Amino acid sequence: MFRKKKHVAPKATYREVWTKGSIATKLSFILMGSNALANKQWVKGIALLLSEIIFIVWFIFSGISALSMLVTLGSNKSKKVVYDASQGVYVTKQPSNSVLILLFGILAIILCLAIVYLYIINLRSTRKNYILKRDGKHIPTNKEEIASLFDTRLHSTLMAVPLIGILFFTILPTVFMISMAFTNYDRQHPIAFSWTGFQAFGNVLSGDLAGTFFPVLGWTLVWAVMATATTFFFGVLLALLIESKGIKHKGFWRTIFIIVWAVPQFVSLLMMAQFLDYQGALNTILMNIGMIAHPIHFIDNQASPLVARITVIIVNMWIGIPVSMLVSTAIIQNLPTDQIEAAKIDGANAVQIFRSITFPQILFVMAPSLIQQFIGNINNFNVIFLLTGGAPMNNNYNGAGSTDLLVTWLYNLTFGQEQRYNASAVLGILIFIISAVFSLLAYRHTNAFKEG
Amino acid sequence: MKSYTNQKRLSLIFRYVLLILLAIIWILPIIWIILASFSYNNTGFVSTFWPEKFTLQNYVGIFTNPQYPIGNWIINTLVVSTLSMIISTFLTISVAYVLSRLRFAFRKPFMQIALVLGMFPGFMSMIALYYILKGLNMLNLGGLLLVYVGGAGLGFYVAKGFFDTIPRSIDEAAEIDGATRWQIFTHIGLPLSKPMIVYTALTAFIAPWTDFIFSGIILSTSGNAKNYTIAYGLYNMVHNAKGNATQYFAQFVAGCVVIAIPITILFIFMQKFYVNGITAGADKG
Repeated sequence: MFRKKKHVAPKATYREVWTKGSIATKLSFILMGSNALANKQWVKGIALLLSEIIFIVWFIFSGISALSMLVTLGSNKSKKVVYDASQGVYVTKQPSNSVLILLFGILAIILCLAIVYLYIINLRSTRKNYILKRDGKHIPTNKEEIASLFDTRLHSTLMAVPLIGILFFTILPTVFMISMAFTNYDRQHPIAFSWTGFQAFGNVLSGDLAGTFFPVLGWTLVWAVMATATTFFFGVLLALLIESKGIKHKGFWRTIFIIVWAVPQFVSLLMMAQFLDYQGALNTILMNIGMIAHPIHFIDNQASPLVARITVIIVNMWIGIPVSMLVSTAIIQNLPTDQIEAAKIDGANAVQIFRSITFPQILFVMAPSLIQQFIGNINNFNVIFLLTGGAPMNNNYNGAGSTDLLVTWLYNLTFGQEQRYNASAVLGILIFIISAVFSLLAYRHTNAFKEG
Repeated sequence: MKSYTNQKRLSLIFRYVLLILLAIIWILPIIWIILASFSYNNTGFVSTFWPEKFTLQNYVGIFTNPQYPIGNWIINTLVVSTLSMIISTFLTISVAYVLSRLRFAFRKPFMQIALVLGMFPGFMSMIALYYILKGLNMLNLGGLLLVYVGGAGLGFYVAKGFFDTIPRSIDEAAEIDGATRWQIFTHIGLPLSKPMIVYTALTAFIAPWTDFIFSGIILSTSGNAKNYTIAYGLYNMVHNAKGNATQYFAQFVAGCVVIAIPITILFIFMQKFYVNGITAGADKG
């Protein structure tokens, strides 16, 4: 950026600020914002001071207990009947609600980190004011401080609200779920649960869920590869077909395919499930034209796993090829044509041109987004959940069917009969690791592309 | 020479036949959905392609069925999606603009954190969100709005790619002329990014119409069907329809068609921006 060569003010250590600063400056180390107030930066000073007061009040009245309960997740683990001496009666003591304890504990940690961050901001601004004063320079007034929020510090103004949103609706839940993987929160411990370390990971990787995890993981990877490869390959072919010479009304043809993609998935997939049903329209059509004598179980519970899996991949092609076609069309239109013309002069036929020139060129441009699609397919909840719901059920599996992916299994473990919240958190972490590994590979791969 | 033109014509005919065949395969299920919405049927199944008897009763029924207040669902969804569209668009565009045009210490770490957070499956945090909203006593449409808006800051990729293509020299010229960065943002950045704002707004607007999972988890506890959004309402309906109230299945299809038409049109309108977003990301690797 052209602003980078700014004049760098002579530094001062915090020790110097502490020893040589005025009383207000010294006070800033304990009472946030006092230096700003002394320099008449009212808004900043009052904001800092207020947040410190609120934090301390909160910390004394609920922060300490929230943090200390985080260690045990609540001392009362089961419903007990205890004798209350003061009233002289037996009372039932409900188990402590570990979910809320965990949630408030994490919230408390986040608030503590926030106040540390504010404290650092406070110290920095104190040092800055000290240096300006020491060097006899102009200290920004209250007005200038506010104006800078819309100029040199515009980024903090614009980012403030989104960051708070991310903190509470993405980071807090994610941290909460990661910590849940280290507890025994399941059907046996639905209210009060405790820390159990890596036990839940053990259950998934080598315990009673391992017999489900590895087959489901295998199918998830097969599915992701098949789904990505088929939609990409046939999407490119379809785009080439529509873009080929002599085809008129290209926009019209494209729109026909796009409609399938544009219809909300909960409509198109739920109806597709009906269409493919044992008593559904497809079986009726096939029987009427005499292709089959008996209806086929495509995706219901009596279907064979192989048929169901193939059906799911084919239906995904129906949903996914239009998008892929759309994207490849944009790329095809921008491809350099000189190589293709040279190949034509050399007598190459259409298949040779496609195999040796067009396809590699598209693959090259699309490589990063293919990896994104691959990760998207690992997490492709809608297609499986709406189409098959995991069916056909597999008796060897624990809470999953033959077409269930890791994400749909995760969903079943949480919201289905199983209620193994800790196991689903573990699955979430494992899915994260898988996605991260592939992204990292893709990142290195594309970097290699760039250098090559 | 004649054989050459013949061959060409043959190839064109072959390609047309193939294209028509594919188009029919693709559009057939969609046509079937529309036909099914007109079919007279009380079995919970539409087992024929061409309805035996046409009726408009499903469309009348879906809007008058007291068990499934679709009018409320549409109003609820409209309110949530409009508010979500306004707020999310503002948040997403702000973040994308800041990350693309301004340089500050937290920029790189933020983008890396966003990347990492994006890799966690969204479902994982649903239980936590449920308890957060329960704690705030917000298991209602307001809470749903918060969930949609809360993650808006992370959906900056496409818009950032767009801002990256606007030449920097425009900003620099304005800065030399004494404009503050806020003025550059409001007077140069925003007007130049109108297509991107439209795209972001449409994406945010469509999301509540198609989301049946989050809305289901957050709204189902109230048990009051009047509070549902359209996607969860319809999804819930077909699940009931599968079980006992099979006569409503055709009404469900009619409701789906009513909702799918505007969304489909919006999507077709959006496709160009979508492609630009994907390919812009692809170019940079």
